[in-house]
Amino acid sequence: MSILTQEQTKKISDRVMSLTKADECIVNIEGSTIGNIRFARNAVSTAGLADDTRVQVQVAFGKKQGTATINEFDDKSIERAVRRAEDLAKLAPDNPEFIPAIAKTAYKPSDTFVQKTADIDPEYRAQAAAYAIEGCRKRGLVSAGFFTDRTSFETVANSNGLFGHQASTSLDFTLTVRTEDGRGSGWVKRSARDVSKFDPREAAEIAIEKALRSVDAKALEPGRYTVIMEPAATSDLLSFMLGGFDARRADEGRSFLSKAGGKNRLGDKLFDSQVNIWSDPWDKDVAVLPWDENMLPRERVELVKDGKINALDYSRFWAQQKNQRAVGAAGNIIMAGTNKTTEELIANTKKGVLVTRTWYIRMVDPQSVLLTGLTRDGTFYVENGKIKHPIKNFRFNESPVSMLNNIEEIGKPVVIGADEARYSMLIPSMKIRDFNFTSLSDAV
Amino acid sequence: MERRKFLQIGAGTAGAMLIPVFGNAIAAEDLLKPMAASAKKVLADTAMGAATQAGASYCDVRIGRYLNQFIITRDLNVESINNTESSGVGIRVIADGAYGFASTNSMTPDGIAQAARQAVAIAKANAKLQTEPVRLAPVKGVGEVAWATPIVKDWRTLPVKEKADMLIAANKAGLDAGANFMTASLFQINQQKYFASTDGSYIDQDIHRLWAPINATAVDQKTGKFRSRGGLGAPASMGYEYFDAKAADKVRAAGGVTTLYTRSYDIVEDARLAGKQAREKLTAKSVEPGKYDLVLSPEHLFLTIHENVGHPTELDRVLGYEANYAGTSFAGLDKWQTKKFKYGAERVNFVADRTTPGSLGLIGYDDEGVPAKKWDIIRDGILVNYQATRDQAHIIGEKESHGCSYADSWSTVQFQRMPNVSLEPGKARLTPDEMVQDVKKGIYILGRGSYSIDQQRYNFQFGGTLYYEIKNGKITGPLEDVAYQANTQEFWNACSAICDERDWRMGGSFFDGKGQPSQVSAVSHGSSTTRFNGINVINTARKIG
Repeated sequence: MSILTQEQTKKISDRVMSLTKADECIVNIEGSTIGNIRFARNAVSTAGLADDTRVQVQVAFGKKQGTATINEFDDKSIERAVRRAEDLAKLAPDNPEFIPAIAKTAYKPSDTFVQKTADIDPEYRAQAAAYAIEGCRKRGLVSAGFFTDRTSFETVANSNGLFGHQASTSLDFTLTVRTEDGRGSGWVKRSARDVSKFDPREAAEIAIEKALRSVDAKALEPGRYTVIMEPAATSDLLSFMLGGFDARRADEGRSFLSKAGGKNRLGDKLFDSQVNIWSDPWDKDVAVLPWDENMLPRERVELVKDGKINALDYSRFWAQQKNQRAVGAAGNIIMAGTNKTTEELIANTKKGVLVTRTWYIRMVDPQSVLLTGLTRDGTFYVENGKIKHPIKNFRFNESPVSMLNNIEEIGKPVVIGADEARYSMLIPSMKIRDFNFTSLSDAV
Repeated sequence: MERRKFLQIGAGTAGAMLIPVFGNAIAAEDLLKPMAASAKKVLADTAMGAATQAGASYCDVRIGRYLNQFIITRDLNVESINNTESSGVGIRVIADGAYGFASTNSMTPDGIAQAARQAVAIAKANAKLQTEPVRLAPVKGVGEVAWATPIVKDWRTLPVKEKADMLIAANKAGLDAGANFMTASLFQINQQKYFASTDGSYIDQDIHRLWAPINATAVDQKTGKFRSRGGLGAPASMGYEYFDAKAADKVRAAGGVTTLYTRSYDIVEDARLAGKQAREKLTAKSVEPGKYDLVLSPEHLFLTIHENVGHPTELDRVLGYEANYAGTSFAGLDKWQTKKFKYGAERVNFVADRTTPGSLGLIGYDDEGVPAKKWDIIRDGILVNYQATRDQAHIIGEKESHGCSYADSWSTVQFQRMPNVSLEPGKARLTPDEMVQDVKKGIYILGRGSYSIDQQRYNFQFGGTLYYEIKNGKITGPLEDVAYQANTQEFWNACSAICDERDWRMGGSFFDGKGQPSQVSAVSHGSSTTRFNGINVINTARKIG
């Protein structure tokens, strides 16, 4: 029941529309099947499958809105949801920022579904875990990891005749490998839409190698270093910064993109000229639904072009206030790179620090996007183009704005699901000068 | 780890609107009429019967109905009122020595029996990779019992308009006092949880929690500088009476720099002070980096306790079950086994307690049917115990579980989550004002700020909401750009004074994240104002572009 076809959801949305007496009606139907396997101490700890489906009905009488959600699909339940939404709307105050439902729109489909990924079964999940567990057992290492796959659909419809339906698949795999004595730890992350692009054995070997190489880390004095950041090390930092691209926040003086006097920094060159960042729902590697949470069509948007702030994110309300065109909020983030591997970036480095992963990143000062966090599970000292030895983890206090201004070299982008971000991301490894490590951590 | 889940919830689309917005009792009678315990018992017995028949040696069943209401306001507008309802059944089994779990929102006998059989099948599949069988500490079945959070006013019965008006009044007070932007939100949670197990327990619980975070932002148009001040109220496991502010529940901060709150919360007053103080922060002196004696108010210290003591003493982290995500712990079994590991100064005593009135972790029974209890974690500065579930108790030589099992939904599997972990008050009489008098060069920190700690809980950097400079025993004025960095063990060994029980109060984390898939739980941490000598303070001001 959790994955419905377009025909099934069209019937449900038509049924909702036929029942309501409101001025306008918006319907959103979502469903997903999420499988997972979690392991630790070289054994499976949990495994499961979660199904969920729901229909959300939002209606408006003038500027009064009401919303009801239900996860039952019989006629009586759907009618109950419609009546509740209507009752709520009639009782609600006018919303001064009310914007009418979007006009009928033809969404250009994006390539978000791969049948092979949807076909993942418990045996596949167990095997993905087994590669890691068995690889670690053989070498006297300890594995802890998580594999999850998701098949989902979303249907959007409104009383203006808008209708969209699309299915999606995705998978994420993370693996931490630790030495039995706790002196070494390595990590890997893989994200994919198409399971055929995911190789659990290859991934496990990377985490295993990093764990073995990271034993007996030496202390390096905190300070400013040239760093080679793997994609997973920068994905969350970039996500924090991109939140500041909200036009309203920038115009209201509450973002790093605000200027004194009530202006924003659109058009300002804030980053190195090599920096180009965009979103594109139809990107072949990180395709996302062609509409955003408000059913607004997504487009390719160049957020940063040659280091300049090229676009801000306007909500429909704020776009109307500022006489701008609203575009669907980004669902993915893509940063331009080169064909250089991380190994090539290392080979071109005289002295530097290789960072596998960053951890527990929090905003310290939104004015400058100063972030703090730590390195984790594979931090190495690079000298004369080679990894010389593992080093202890650092805490950093750094702004991604400064970071993207200090780029020396960019590598090949890879698909990466950010730890706490909402975006699908295609991010390159980067070599950055003067990255600010402020203290040492004894954590392995 | 304090996750940002609440931001996602706040920014999300509206959930199930199953209760009235403005007054009329459209569906309130449904909300206030939980499924009869006798009907839940029938379903639970069906699940346990099916699981046992399929080969389970143990089975527990959680039948849950979760009602949430989130009200989000900005300035003088209500941005959204989201109501969600979720019901279903989670079934955990042990078969062939391994766990299996399955959940379903199909509340029919057939649907539940099918989920039970699926859980057994998963357990048997997992058993192939199991190195040793699951071993559960015994729990005596309690038969059919019920427990409910003590509340006076049920949020479900109150008109939403009354709540929205309160938030708007708070925003108006903040704007009038100097803020350019105000937000105030109200999160209300009701968990109707039924637990049954093959041990012979049938436990019906009705749990309530609420939280009203606010935020004031002031902007200096000329310089482009902006600063924020969050609320100083705590989330609580209480009824809506929490917002009936009483004078007796107000606390004057050291030096009278602001007002703080205990068993009730004056959100409008706090918002007014937030607006005023956000504006003051624009011109506050930037801190000179260096070593300071820190005087930390409970509204700030709770999160330090959460990160420094709560998480490192979770036994699943110690053992490595969270190694891939939340991390492990420096407080390993080897340190505990010595019975000499000096976690903190001798005056430092931490107690885990699921029975503290008003605390977010207050329950009657955990999600394994274990009765709520209280126990020592750190006594006289020495690490003496951890937080354990039934399958972990034998590892630390305990004969019974600590009752630390929790799942955030009927659809998620229960695992080890922290109880309320609190710092005991100082034994000698001492007020915050008296504590400040002994400080030559220090900083008084109030409210939660930016928190980050490494995956084994050694190196941390924490900030607050309000900072005041202390010079020669006196609070001299506000500071800005403050964060302190230390190592957990060094920090708690630098604890030089703790105010007495008159100053003891709780802060809380409403959406604490852990596990894969990540789950949230709510937990409180109590303390009195506490001083730490010679802590490294950095200046966080930066210039960009």
